[in-house]
Amino acid sequence: MTATVSLNNTQNFTAAFEALKCKECGAEYEAKAIHVCELCFGPLEVKYDYEKLKQTVSRETIEAGPNSIWRYRAFLPVATDNYIDVGTGMTPLLEANRLARRLGLKKLYIKNDAVNMPTLSFKDRVVSVALSRARELGFTTVSCASTGNLANSTAAIAAHAGLDCCVFIPSDLEAGKVLGTLIYNPTVMAVHGNYDQVNRLCSEVANTHGWGFVNINLRPYYSEGSKTLGYEVIEQLGWQLPDHIVAPLASGSLYTKIYKGFREFVEVGLVEDKHVRFSGAQAEGCSPIASAFRENRDFISPVKPNTIAKSIAIGNPADGIYALDIAKKTNGNIESVTDAEVVEGIKLLAETEGIFTETAGGTTIATLKKLVEAGKIDPEEVTVAYITGNGLKTQEAVQGYIGEPLTIEPKLDSFERALERSRTLDRLEWQQVLV
Amino acid sequence: MAIKVLIPTPLQKFVGDQAAIDCDAGTIAQLVDELESKHPGIKARLCDDSGKLRRFVNFYLNSEDIRFMENEETALNDGDEVSIVPAIAGG
Repeated sequence: MTATVSLNNTQNFTAAFEALKCKECGAEYEAKAIHVCELCFGPLEVKYDYEKLKQTVSRETIEAGPNSIWRYRAFLPVATDNYIDVGTGMTPLLEANRLARRLGLKKLYIKNDAVNMPTLSFKDRVVSVALSRARELGFTTVSCASTGNLANSTAAIAAHAGLDCCVFIPSDLEAGKVLGTLIYNPTVMAVHGNYDQVNRLCSEVANTHGWGFVNINLRPYYSEGSKTLGYEVIEQLGWQLPDHIVAPLASGSLYTKIYKGFREFVEVGLVEDKHVRFSGAQAEGCSPIASAFRENRDFISPVKPNTIAKSIAIGNPADGIYALDIAKKTNGNIESVTDAEVVEGIKLLAETEGIFTETAGGTTIATLKKLVEAGKIDPEEVTVAYITGNGLKTQEAVQGYIGEPLTIEPKLDSFERALERSRTLDRLEWQQVLV
Repeated sequence: MAIKVLIPTPLQKFVGDQAAIDCDAGTIAQLVDELESKHPGIKARLCDDSGKLRRFVNFYLNSEDIRFMENEETALNDGDEVSIVPAIAGG
C-alpha cells in the first residue's frame, strides 16, 4: 500500500509501509486485517520501503513533529492523516542515579511508561496505532484479549475515537484494572480462565463479528507501536543507542519490537550502529521464555501462570521464540524472579526514584538487580530499564508490604510523640539492615 | 456422535468455508490424517515437511492445549471439541 498524504500541512508525505510479510516464509499479503500467514501460520509483519525512509526522514523532521509517538509516523503503519493522537508517547527517560548507586551501576536510565497517556501503560502506544489503522480499514467495533492494561487502553482510546468496544479479560484481574476499563463504558467480557484461555477464545471469535481485535487480526499494526519505545530512547539519549536494555517479557512482542526499532534507525542512518544487549524479565510463576533460555532450548513449552505479576502472565507467549533468539544473539540474558522479589522491586524503584510501577515493572527492576548481582550487566554499560505500567492499578500487590500512616490527634504533642516513634522505628529498621 | 473441529479462518477455504466440521478419529494425529483425506491440502498447512505439527499452530482439546496432554497422541472421544488456533495472537 502506498498513499500520499500531507505532513504538518506543509509537505507531501508518502506512507512507507507497503505490505504484510510473513516473518517465517516471506510470503507477502495486502495490508489488511490479517495476522498469520496462510501458508505456514507464521506471524505477519509490516514491510517498509527503507530506501524511501532514508531519503525522506531525518533527525530534524522527527524533532519537528508532534510531542507524541506520531513524530515517528513514517515508521508506523498508517496511510492517512487521520491518525489518533491522544498524546501517547514521549514519556520521560529518567537518569536513575540513586537506583544506579544502590545497584552498583554507573549509568542507568528508566524509560517511564508508568506515565504514558492516556491510560498509564505502554499499551497506549500499540493501541493508538492499532485503532488508527482499524479506522482506515473500516472497522467500527474494536476488541482485545487483555491482562488489564490493554483493556484500559483499548476502551479509552476507542471512546476518544468514537469506536464501539468489547474487551475480554480474565475474571480475576486486579480491581483497578477492571474499574479502569469499565469507566469508559465498553462491553467487558470477564472470562473464567487465565489469559491464555481468554486469548484462545478471542482467536476463535476474531473473525465472526467483523470486529478489529487489536492483538489478533490487527496484531501486525498494533505491535509496531512498541517500536516507538526504541525510537524514543535513541532520541532521548541524544541520538545514541544504549549498551544494554532490560524489559519485561509477556508475549515477547514488546521486546522484539524495541529491537526492531533500534535496527530500523540504524538501517536508515538515524543513529550510529552499536551492539546492544537485550535482557528480559519474567516472574517465576510464569516464566516459559526464561526456562527455555536457561535450558538452552529453541522452543517454548507453555506453562500455567501462577504469579502476582498478572499483566505479564502469558503462559503461551506468541513471540517467545523470537525473544529467545534476540537475547541469545545479543549476548543478553532472560531471568525470572519470585513474587517476593517483584514486590521488593516495586518498592526499590519507588524509594530510590519516586516511580510507582506495577508488578511488571517490579519484575523488571528485580531482574535488573539480579543480573547486576550476577555480574551479567557491566557497571560501565549504559543501561535502560523499561517500566511499562503504573502501580496505582495493582495496589493489591503491595498491600501489607508497605508502611502505614501514623494516625495522630490535631495536637502538637501528639505529632511530636508520633515523630519520635517513627524515628525509633527507622533506627530499628536501619539496624536490622546493617546486622 | 463425532468430534467437532473448529477451523481457523486461514483454513476455512479447505473445508468449504465452514467454521466447524465433524470428524471421527482416535487421536489428534489421526484427526489430521482424517482431515487430509476429506479435505486434501489441509495437512500441508498444519504440518511441516517432517509431518510434525507446525510450531505456529496450536491444538486444543475441550479448551486444553494438547501440549499439556499427550501432544499429537492425545486421545479423542465422541463428543469432544478440538479447536485449531494460530499460535500468533495476544500479548
